Amino acid sequence: MSEVKYSKEHEWIKLEGDIATIGITKHATEMLGDIVFTELPEKGSNVEKDGTAGVVESTKAASDVYTPVSGEVVDLNQSIVDDPSKINQDPENSAWFFKLKIKDKSEMDTLMNKDEYDKFAKESSA
Amino acid sequence: MDTKKTSLYQLHQDSKAKFVEFAGYQMPIQYSEGIVEEHRFTRNHSGIFDVSHMGQLFIYGREDLVDDLERIFPLDLKNLKLNHSKYSFLMSDNAGIYDDLIITKIKDGFLIILNAACKENDFKILKALLNDKYKMVLDVERSLIAIQGPKSVQILKSVIEGVENLNFMSGNWFTLDDHNIYVTRSGYTGEDGFEVSLTNEFADRFTRRLIDKGAKLIGLGARDTLRLEAGLCLYGHELSKDKTPVEANLKWAISKDRILKGNFIGSDIITKQLNNGVNKIRVGIKPEGRIIAREKTKIYNESDLEIGEITSGTFGPSVNGPVAMGYVENKFSKKNTKIFLEVRGKKHPATICSLPFYKKSYVKGVI
Repeated sequence: MSEVKYSKEHEWIKLEGDIATIGITKHATEMLGDIVFTELPEKGSNVEKDGTAGVVESTKAASDVYTPVSGEVVDLNQSIVDDPSKINQDPENSAWFFKLKIKDKSEMDTLMNKDEYDKFAKESSA
Repeated sequence: MDTKKTSLYQLHQDSKAKFVEFAGYQMPIQYSEGIVEEHRFTRNHSGIFDVSHMGQLFIYGREDLVDDLERIFPLDLKNLKLNHSKYSFLMSDNAGIYDDLIITKIKDGFLIILNAACKENDFKILKALLNDKYKMVLDVERSLIAIQGPKSVQILKSVIEGVENLNFMSGNWFTLDDHNIYVTRSGYTGEDGFEVSLTNEFADRFTRRLIDKGAKLIGLGARDTLRLEAGLCLYGHELSKDKTPVEANLKWAISKDRILKGNFIGSDIITKQLNNGVNKIRVGIKPEGRIIAREKTKIYNESDLEIGEITSGTFGPSVNGPVAMGYVENKFSKKNTKIFLEVRGKKHPATICSLPFYKKSYVKGVI
């Protein structure tokens, strides 16, 4: 079974082998409101843990998307660029953002599991 | 200072509003369905907006008041009919805009609707300009509810009979459950609609009645996307003390007759600018693709020279794309001029376009 972890910046990350799929959490989409614009990192580029790796904009404001682990961008989800509202509809599944070939699996250990994240999200929005 | 609450605060809470502080008031930015859905509902059905934070200034007086107000506003108030409204500005001596407003001729004087953030200052300025000659009331006992969108006439008519006979930019008094209500056919969304001035104690009950008839509460977030698609200015963004009505491309709101005669505050500058042109002017801007250029985004021409700045920019749900307004040097203000917008360090192509981005016709009658 693949492992899903969560960051304090409200990204989720699913690791399968050395390929990590990254997106933003449902909680993040609820805070952002209707997402109307998405920018993704370039395919083939290298991103560093906690660095910016994209932008989402709602009708109200722009927010950076961070990568919770380091790696090389190997795939992008063009469908959320073409129709950003998909992110609000299915954030933790079909509306993933990008896939990374990760450098250091131990970076996963610094992230939260589902229970820890749910608690964190609840506290941070209280 | 504590933030103020409107009479609909409880209703907003019951309707699961997310609140923001705006001009010292706790105001709903959106409800549970979100800005895009609220925007679309207003365009297709009927949205209710709590605009009670705006100032309702009543000034009482007769002919001499008309004369005195004509020295302040660039309007032909002598020929403004009873219950008819005009869009105008309160200006400084150099024609900088202190506020934009709607002025309506009522039986004993005038009703002026002012922006929330400006109303106290406007009151002081007007009181001084009018030398304390007239009774002036910035009414805090009344709420202001806007109902906007194509179904609004049916909905409001079912609650207050007779409103369907009002034409755009005119109003009248109505009575409902012994409450005196002043209704004008106006709004700030680009849709047909009404603004309803009524006592605070009746506001909640009245609004719940509109909701029962199928209208929905809409927050400030969608109000902003709606007015931007309609090409309408927002004070503090397109309009400020540093901008004149000519620069803001609002010369249509200045009475032609008054320009010839002058003699209103700021008239020298206005006349000069109308004759000689202005350096910068407000335009509509359509970014290519989906990139959103927000307020303060820098604008460049094709030779990479900075020519202006965005004043409002968002995603327009009905346009289904990004929309913006801003000021550019006059020589680059022609429709279809290619420009570039600097967003997050990159320059993105856009074009100057005519306003509004989204057009519907208002209900006009024979004047």
